[in-house]
Amino acid sequence: MNSTITQASRPIPDLRYKPTRSRNVFGIALTSIAGLFSLVAVLPLFLVLSYVLYKGASKLSLDLFFLEQPAPGLEVGGISNAIQGSIIVTLIASLLAIPIGIGGGVFLAEYSRNGWFAQFIRFGTNVLSGVPSIIAGVFIYSAIVSTRILFGHAYSAVAGGMALAVLMLPTVIKTTDEGLKLVPDDLRRAALGVGASRFVTTIRITLPKASRSIATGIVLSIARAAGETAPLIFTALYSPWWAEGIFNPVGSLSVLIFKFATMPYEVQNELAWAASFVLVAFILGLNLVARWINTFTSR
Amino acid sequence: MPIDPNDLYRLRRRPPSEKQLDTGFHWLTVLTASTVAIVLVLILAIVFHGSLESMGLYGWRFLVTSNWNPVDDEYGALTAIYGTMVTSLVSLLIAVPLGVGTAIFITERFIPRPLREMIGLMVELLAAIPSVVLGLWAIFVLEPALRPFLTWLHFTFKDIPLFSTQPLGPGMTPAILVLVVMILPIITAISRDSLNQVPIRLRQAAYGVGSTQWSAILHVILPASISGIVGGVMLALGRAMGETMAVTMIIGNSNNFSWSLLAPGNTIAAMLANQFGEADGSQVSSLMYAAFVLILLTLVVNILAQLIVKRLSLKY
Amino acid sequence: MTVSATTATPTTGEEICLSLENVSISYGGEEAVRNVYCAIPRGQVTAFIGPSGCGKSTVLRALNRMNDLIDNCTLSGRVVFDGADLYHPGVDPVEVRRRIGMVFQQPNPFPKSIYENIAFGARINGYTGDMDELVERSLRQAAVWDECKDKLNESGCSLSGGQQQRLCIARTIAIQPEVILMDEPCSALDPISTLKIEETMHELKKTFTIVIVTHNMQQAVRVSDRTAFFNAEAQEGGSGKVGYLVEFNETDKIFNSPTQQATYDYVSGRFG
Repeated sequence: MNSTITQASRPIPDLRYKPTRSRNVFGIALTSIAGLFSLVAVLPLFLVLSYVLYKGASKLSLDLFFLEQPAPGLEVGGISNAIQGSIIVTLIASLLAIPIGIGGGVFLAEYSRNGWFAQFIRFGTNVLSGVPSIIAGVFIYSAIVSTRILFGHAYSAVAGGMALAVLMLPTVIKTTDEGLKLVPDDLRRAALGVGASRFVTTIRITLPKASRSIATGIVLSIARAAGETAPLIFTALYSPWWAEGIFNPVGSLSVLIFKFATMPYEVQNELAWAASFVLVAFILGLNLVARWINTFTSR
Repeated sequence: MPIDPNDLYRLRRRPPSEKQLDTGFHWLTVLTASTVAIVLVLILAIVFHGSLESMGLYGWRFLVTSNWNPVDDEYGALTAIYGTMVTSLVSLLIAVPLGVGTAIFITERFIPRPLREMIGLMVELLAAIPSVVLGLWAIFVLEPALRPFLTWLHFTFKDIPLFSTQPLGPGMTPAILVLVVMILPIITAISRDSLNQVPIRLRQAAYGVGSTQWSAILHVILPASISGIVGGVMLALGRAMGETMAVTMIIGNSNNFSWSLLAPGNTIAAMLANQFGEADGSQVSSLMYAAFVLILLTLVVNILAQLIVKRLSLKY
Repeated sequence: MTVSATTATPTTGEEICLSLENVSISYGGEEAVRNVYCAIPRGQVTAFIGPSGCGKSTVLRALNRMNDLIDNCTLSGRVVFDGADLYHPGVDPVEVRRRIGMVFQQPNPFPKSIYENIAFGARINGYTGDMDELVERSLRQAAVWDECKDKLNESGCSLSGGQQQRLCIARTIAIQPEVILMDEPCSALDPISTLKIEETMHELKKTFTIVIVTHNMQQAVRVSDRTAFFNAEAQEGGSGKVGYLVEFNETDKIFNSPTQQATYDYVSGRFG
């Protein structure tokens, strides 16, 4: 095909990219700024994690995990009391928040999607998730601890777990609600069509189908609860020894870090870093588990 | 319909127990859902009730006097309230450009997809670091590293009230920076989601009329996603106001009012964390009063966030 | 699968606006369209027809570098516009799109006012003349002025589907491209809007070269001067089909006396 015959009358347009054109200069400048901002945004992650690793990893030893914390002035000790306490409190919080949260989410997604009560509860869930964590602590303190309503006990692991549960609840409800909403209606109608009751449909069909996203959300909210400090300071308080049952104060990794960070003893400061390492490792581990659930389980 | 004895499906006629189970389950879910409402109402009621005494004693003065003295039993929460507002707003000022800029950088096609996803992942992981660990890091790493620069600021700009005190350790500025680190992931994640939700046909329309990439971003994509972004910013503001641990550890916990950003200060949340445990008498009520103010502030911001998202969404 | 002799040489006397020379397009290694040779004449309406999946839209998008927006889309061969190779490494796609405009299948007005929908494109192209006059002229050319003149400040999305599409055509006209590409512009619209747009096209081809992809054979007959028929064949070893250009000729000849069997089968409804 001979295109020169027909092109002679028209000049060939210049379509090249000109970096000096004002709109292109502008574009390059903005891209550089955005790139710089991204770099600044990821910088803290490295700074914090590397320092925690550096300071904390060096203290890893069997002692750390099995000894109770040292009295001020002494060198020998570990953080086992805090580890145990964290596990206890997080467990209690999960036992409270997960069933209630799933129940609430089931209500919102299965029984009343758009009723006025459901809208009210959704609104309330959003509001509750914005309540500062310290307020949850103040609330449980006033309602449970100072009133000694738990069989006469004041500061206790149960109270701490309740305060954490207040923070976990909105996330679990939201996760369940959204996970269930993703299940196509056809599935529900199929179940109802063979005569299954709402209860059976939800428990045997819908929830299992949504279990993957719900599980991811729950694991993430457990990770968040494990790291919380403020709700525990005046509910579970703190204990330097191993727990004496759940109706007494317990230590926790987060409160340990808080207390030991400000003490003037180097031993305690070092332990705070070690505890940070353990806590961060645990939380990041849970995050990875959540990601794994989401991407690799077959559903 | 009479029961056919040869019918193998024994449950075809629903036995009453099954119906009860169904109804019971329904009511169980209603109950669990109501827990949210109950907890919220209880929180408001308890805090309000606890603050009544102090409200009666001080009234509005509480909000504008800065004399917080447990020894003399005199309370004014101005320093704490001012600290809460200033730290949150200034940290927002820094975090919003950083967060939105990062979100744009990882949603538009500037770098290869795997790199974009990695940056997104790293910002998300930042959100997983507990507040108390950030506080520890702030005390031993951030603040000492920052002090030379802040001292220089002080000596160079002594006359401006914002820099009028010499930084000697914990203070407002490290607290503000720590808050930036904490709210950045929220802003980035929500902005990224909003930008990704802009339908592809709008991008095609912009490029189709010969728009450059940034022209499309600034004039079409950002305006279309602004409601989501603003909602995210409001949520971040609420989070910054209520943030407790990291701030407590690095803000200095001083109730002396100062305009200087380099001085130690206080926030309501930090004050509660520090004093509530050992308070008694009318100090408790004053702390509750401050807590009530904090709840109201975060409530207002939260509700505003939900309203703005509805109002600002561009219909397309 | 022979390429018909009539694809290569245009009728003498016609100026060629866009030409595709041995163009093959792949998505991430999977070929979608192969070996297309096509010379699109200036000032006429050229239609691309063919069954689904034969790559017509892919080829259309290649003409103004819209495929750049799709990850992993690669093109080999040359696309020559007025003598310039559009895929030359130094070429700025923004410049290309300012000369070759596009109207999409789904109407996609900006969430701005009707006035701004038109003005935005004109402004970024550096229009220095009277904007009000340009807006009115573009809306008139797209045959939607009467319906819009009283609500220029209302959102473009408040119009009906057919009006929105004509607004999108007006927006494209306003930047004064040389070529307007249309990707099944009427497939989402009702018959009356479709008719209005087809009437518009008859007016538009006096000023612009138009290339339109359409599923609707009757539409191709009604509006186009030349037609290119694409078909797809199964790819051995691959997962999908690969498209290729079967025949390209005057519309009249394609529909009444096609030279390829596949063309004849398609236009007589044997498959599609």
